[in-house]
Amino acid sequence: MRNSGVNQNNISTTGHLTVKNLVKYYGKICAVNNISFNIAPGICFGLLGPNGAGKTTTIEIIEGITHPTSGEILYNDAPRDRSFWERIGVQFQSTELFAFLTVRESIQTFMRLYRNQVSLEQLIRICSLEDIQHQENRKISGGQKQRLMLAIALANNPDLIFLDEPTTGLDPQSRRHLWEIVSAIKQKGKTIVLTTHYMEEAQILCDEIIIVDKGKIIAQGVPEDLITRKCAGQIIRLPQENVSQDVRQLLSSNQDMTWHLDATNKFILIQTQTVNECIALLMHHQVDLSRLTIRPHNLEDLFLQLTGKALRH
Amino acid sequence: MHRFWSIFIARNKEYYRDHASFGWNIMFPFLIIFGFALIFQNGGQRPYKVAILTSQTIHPAIQMQVCSHDLFSCIHIADKEMAIDKLNHHQLDMVLENVAHPFKYWINSSSPKGILSESLLTRKAISNHELNQRLIKQTIDSKPVHYIEWLFPGIISMGMMFSSLFGIGFTIVRYRQNGVLKRLKATPLTSFEYLCAQILSRLLMILLTNIILYTGCSWLLGFQCRGSVFHLLIFFSIGTISVISVGLIVAARTKTEELAHGLLNIITWPMMFLSEVWFSIEDAPMWIKRFALCLPLSHVTRGLRHIMNDGAHLFDLSTELFYLSILTVVFLSIGSLLFKWTQ
Repeated sequence: MRNSGVNQNNISTTGHLTVKNLVKYYGKICAVNNISFNIAPGICFGLLGPNGAGKTTTIEIIEGITHPTSGEILYNDAPRDRSFWERIGVQFQSTELFAFLTVRESIQTFMRLYRNQVSLEQLIRICSLEDIQHQENRKISGGQKQRLMLAIALANNPDLIFLDEPTTGLDPQSRRHLWEIVSAIKQKGKTIVLTTHYMEEAQILCDEIIIVDKGKIIAQGVPEDLITRKCAGQIIRLPQENVSQDVRQLLSSNQDMTWHLDATNKFILIQTQTVNECIALLMHHQVDLSRLTIRPHNLEDLFLQLTGKALRH
Repeated sequence: MHRFWSIFIARNKEYYRDHASFGWNIMFPFLIIFGFALIFQNGGQRPYKVAILTSQTIHPAIQMQVCSHDLFSCIHIADKEMAIDKLNHHQLDMVLENVAHPFKYWINSSSPKGILSESLLTRKAISNHELNQRLIKQTIDSKPVHYIEWLFPGIISMGMMFSSLFGIGFTIVRYRQNGVLKRLKATPLTSFEYLCAQILSRLLMILLTNIILYTGCSWLLGFQCRGSVFHLLIFFSIGTISVISVGLIVAARTKTEELAHGLLNIITWPMMFLSEVWFSIEDAPMWIKRFALCLPLSHVTRGLRHIMNDGAHLFDLSTELFYLSILTVVFLSIGSLLFKWTQ
């Protein structure tokens, strides 16, 4: 593969992206409201947010698919020019390909659009497409298609790769397989911009995230730091029938403990920074702890805390 | 150039692997050839249809004067009422009774073909005797152009028009709808390279099918091209590019295949009627004739007829080539400027 801007560890150091005061209006609707951020080279950058938050619009403006109403995008500290498209790889949320071409021919077709190309065999191997390389695109499964789209995104050995919800609709096996491929790409020092609805995915893959809601950035930073900063403590989970109304009142009256029912109404979730004290309280009131679980806060807790639980359309 | 070739090759593979569409495009010329062969196997249709009211043998006078005439086609119908009804609905031009003298006949006085049939039957086409006496029949020195030879250039230009407009229009709109164009936009490929690849791919397919059509019809019907086949190919290619560029304007921004279908129909119908494929517009108002000059198909049909029927050289078609070149540049420029990758 080609190496542009190679450091001592044979890792690419280009791919620095700066987004300044990005604004996008669709008629009177503001989809992106003055967003600014920096993406350092070689990291996986997550763009998270509920439906309609402005993630895809933001990413498509950076890719050059959509024009912004105002704002500036710099790539390696310079405005984008035609060479930008030679150096980026894109996987859209949902696109079709030439239906009657084979997987191999599709990759070849896209490879020929670039000056810089990788080895076709290598690309097929990296994306685990060996078994289906001679199948027509219209006959492959959803997971295979996403791997093909990823292979096409890598066809020009890009420095900067955009992955827009690459695992949506995939089964757990396919999703984990795609994570492995993305991790391997990350190891090569490529800069990745990832949007996803799966918080577990973002937590595993992303070095840095921004959470966008209603077109604005509402949180930005390293996932673990954000979780620690915004959601301190642990979560104790118990079957809701184990916890009587009296105990619930006691929990509510304690300043260090808050509780709520989970989405299924089957479990009670107690959020606390003093786990020992909380368990002692539960034992004192003879609560059955046989099905108790304790876990730290995760990105999904943070996401829901910041964006709320109301349904988005 | 490598980007152009990449899309050109991909489009061609797409085309020939779509067996249903490819098969139809190959079958279509053969069906036309078969249809032509069927219609013209006896030297072409006789233009005037006469129903002979009989279920028995035709009277020798009618047989000799009417049924053996080159311009009358005789049909036996026993039911007089049915025959008169068909006459009334312009399905027949004349109804003739097959009984002893006098032979009664009926025509539809609102039908020009009926009136001409009557004139032919009664020899009253020109009733001015003074003029009759001064008329001297002259013959054309050159070899007469058979009807099939006159019709064929129009038929291939019409087939080319449908294939160009619908082929290019639908393909681009479908790619825009399903996101293929959006994916291509995120590459260094320019709209000019993409459109050129689409045009040449479609041109290649149209040339292939029309070469089959020409060869088959020429072999089956025995007509000949009086000009150079090479010139015919060059002129046809230029004309095809011009018509494809009209399709590009429709495909440039259209978001759905339904809308594209409507717009393409709006374009194809006037083109078909005003390009003199089926009938002449010599007697049409001047503004219609001027409007027809803005339609590439008019020039294509005229040019093809000049080459095939009159043996014209490409240099003789400078007017048609000039119009086609101007129209192509204008349509391509508009199509490229309007072109959008995404919805």
